[in-house]
Amino acid sequence: MRTKAHVPYLFLMPAIVLFSVFTVYPIVYSFLLSFQTGAGGNMKYAGLANYRRLLEDSIFWKSLSNTFIILAVQVPVMLFLALVLASMLHSLVRGRAFFRISFFMPAVTALVSYSIIFSLMLAGDGLVNQLLEAVGLKAVPWLSHPVWAKAAIILALTWRWTGYNMMIYLAGMQNIPDSLYEAASIDGAGKIRQFFTITIPQLRPIILLTAILSTIGTLQLFDEPYTLTRGGPSDATLTIGMYLYQTGFRYFDFGYASTLAYVIVVLIAVLSFVQFRITGGKD
Amino acid sequence: MSPKSAMYRLVSRLILVAGAFVSLFPFYWTAVAATNPSGKVFAKPPQLVPGSMFLENLFNLNASIGIFRVLFNSTFVTCVYTLFSLTVCTMAGYAFAKFRFPGRNALFSVFLVSLMVPYHATLIPLFKMMASWEWINTYLALIFPNVAYPFAIFLMRQNLLAMPDAVMEAARIDGVGEWRLFVSIVLPSMRPALAAAAIYLFVYQWNNFLWPLVATSTKEMYTLPVALSSLIGLSRIDYGQVMTGVTIATGPIVAFFLILQRQFISGILGGAIKE
Repeated sequence: MRTKAHVPYLFLMPAIVLFSVFTVYPIVYSFLLSFQTGAGGNMKYAGLANYRRLLEDSIFWKSLSNTFIILAVQVPVMLFLALVLASMLHSLVRGRAFFRISFFMPAVTALVSYSIIFSLMLAGDGLVNQLLEAVGLKAVPWLSHPVWAKAAIILALTWRWTGYNMMIYLAGMQNIPDSLYEAASIDGAGKIRQFFTITIPQLRPIILLTAILSTIGTLQLFDEPYTLTRGGPSDATLTIGMYLYQTGFRYFDFGYASTLAYVIVVLIAVLSFVQFRITGGKD
Repeated sequence: MSPKSAMYRLVSRLILVAGAFVSLFPFYWTAVAATNPSGKVFAKPPQLVPGSMFLENLFNLNASIGIFRVLFNSTFVTCVYTLFSLTVCTMAGYAFAKFRFPGRNALFSVFLVSLMVPYHATLIPLFKMMASWEWINTYLALIFPNVAYPFAIFLMRQNLLAMPDAVMEAARIDGVGEWRLFVSIVLPSMRPALAAAAIYLFVYQWNNFLWPLVATSTKEMYTLPVALSSLIGLSRIDYGQVMTGVTIATGPIVAFFLILQRQFISGILGGAIKE
């Protein structure tokens, strides 16, 4: 029995119309805007002027290096922590449900909400510093020192996303045959050796997936620095996403803001490709 | 058991317990701060016992940002968006999964590729467009932009692929129309996938910040994240109010999560996990 040829198009129609108007058109328009200068509705074609401006814009380079520092520290630390927690949880017999729920709970909070919570806990006389002083350490200027402010964002990000990634790894671990671990135990390999020689290699495709997802997320980082540090102190936590927002909606420089958006597009494409080649290319 | 593996057991349990504490403590602390006066947030020693100030904080919060209006905005926008998007994305996923037609693969690739394009690339043109339509500070601006959500389309397509064609063929032979077939035969069999996608879309929209920040400029139209962020920007911050707001924004989602754990986890992870 044949269905009429137009049926699938009718089912697709709403998605295609909405997607064209609210996604495809803006993506193309934003590309065109990246070659224009001017303010508000008064835009003129200016060739590569915005792209040349990038090269000399020290704030842009600063935001780029901030984003990459956060990316380079946070993503590996978080993914490793998630792997360790997942493998500990995997070998747990009782109480697994409790830990799964606990670790996943941060992943349901709004980025703004948890950033606010962290900004209060990490404040000068906040809870974390009180704890540090109680155990005989010195208080840390979390939000007012260029290096510590980055650390504050990394801490917050790690709290929010570790459980999320752990859950993905836990699912992957169910597909690793127990016989691999049993054989390794008989050969005398301890839990730590098994983690590095069985768990990590077996999960490689999933680790790649999480690395790409986290990279894409971190390159777009906005809510946390906006709420936690407002990009400060002295632009030390200004990310590309925040710089784009400031350029577009504080200075209404739509052309240059679009150029910044395309920098993020290109970075995501390139980094995803590189990670894919390095980690997944061998199979 | 060898002493080495007993040691591993002990250390791993300690790490898990410490991790769970770190994960959960901020929730408790937030709830405590929401029930205490502003100054108690930085009290020495830390205030760890709930107080009785919640209602007062709530009324103060309503006086400063109109929390009830904001709560209504977030709830309304999120519910309408979730229903709307779920309908549109399920229909599209159904077309991609269950029909062969010219242009299918090309169209599907366009949706897939757009998953890699950051939201920032649409931000400026969306704003210009909505400004010229005079949609800024309206529910339309908050609801429409991501209704056709490529990830949800992908999710529904993957799940629909697994549905046997025989059921549909039998219905067609019985003369059931295409729309009725979709509504009364396909949809009911997709409940778990629909629940996962709905949770994904709901949480995305409830927590969404950057676009509502751009698309609203009056307190009456703020969503919860935008309103909370505006409180933090003030020169004198009332922390009791702020934490009450955070509790209101977080509480419902956490409650849903605790009730529907399985669906929530599979929803937020985008159906990557099936149990």
